[in-house]
Amino acid sequence: MSIFSYLLPKKQTSASVAKERLQIIVARERSSRGGPDYLPQLQEELLMVVRKYVPVGQDAVNVQVDRESGCDILELNITLPEDS
Amino acid sequence: MTKIVVVTSGKGGVGKTTTSAALATGLALRGFKTTVIDFDVGLRNLDLIMGCERRVVYDLVNVINGDANIKQALIKDKRVDNLFILPASQTRDKDALTQDGVEKVLNALRDDMQMDYIICDSPAGIEKGALMAAYFADEAVVVTNPEVSSVRDSDRIIGILASKTRHAEQGDGDIPSRLLLTRYSPERVEKGEMLSVQDVQEILAIELLGVIPESQAVLNASNAGSPVVLDTQSDAGQAYADAVARFLGDELPHRFVTLNKKGLFGRLFGG
Repeated sequence: MSIFSYLLPKKQTSASVAKERLQIIVARERSSRGGPDYLPQLQEELLMVVRKYVPVGQDAVNVQVDRESGCDILELNITLPEDS
Repeated sequence: MTKIVVVTSGKGGVGKTTTSAALATGLALRGFKTTVIDFDVGLRNLDLIMGCERRVVYDLVNVINGDANIKQALIKDKRVDNLFILPASQTRDKDALTQDGVEKVLNALRDDMQMDYIICDSPAGIEKGALMAAYFADEAVVVTNPEVSSVRDSDRIIGILASKTRHAEQGDGDIPSRLLLTRYSPERVEKGEMLSVQDVQEILAIELLGVIPESQAVLNASNAGSPVVLDTQSDAGQAYADAVARFLGDELPHRFVTLNKKGLFGRLFGG
């Protein structure tokens, strides 16, 4: 690096872009990991049932499993559209 | 007590087989009776890296199926005492590897052959071969390149190691997994063109076993069929020897991770 590069504002390097992208994708993939294998299918089927009654978007149903003091808690979150 | 070690990565071409060969050879050089097993059924390559491809008679699947016993199938290395190779078969039958069969082979290596270490060279991917290579492991070495897809796949594999090994299923918790960063280029890290050791460690959050620099010596070694750790003059060979020492519990500083600093003159006028 020459003396001039110290005077210029720091440009974001490709390595720091790589690190940021990795941190985001890895965090996302970790949060969906470890749940039972049937979760995606459960989510899909629940979405189909809800849609029979209420028109909702693809991401309206959120399924999550939490572990608390030795027992698993299945948490369902269904977001209904405001004008239904 | 026999220790089973899986060398894994998720992504292909990052240096699993090179690492398996170097780790097994390094352990044997230290006097431990070691077998390295190629789990890449259908795409055998460890034999080439170890330079014993013309001595293969029986393979892993032959032993599993009972066509040969473990003694007949093991290839004794000609350079290093205490070192044995169990090649993969070339069969395309994906169901050839069974959990019971693999367990039988590992038990025979432990009880009949009295191995100190069994190194399982995992195939790429997260299919059956990779799962079988990892299942019975007591320890894991995760080989990663400082590159986005390799790091992401390594994270996947670390997740699989935490749940899909015998120790995990029996409730013994995670097996110790350590990171081996390969093809590292301090020059490119310095320029901001490559993820640094610290970056990769921060993302994967596992202990660092070693850093292997990008080196001509690795291709030279595979051309010759001689594990790179035997090339004691080369940077990669020395880095692997350090990693083997750390694997056995020595505390050594990491070499080949920083660039030799330029002087004032170089910093003022260098490109």
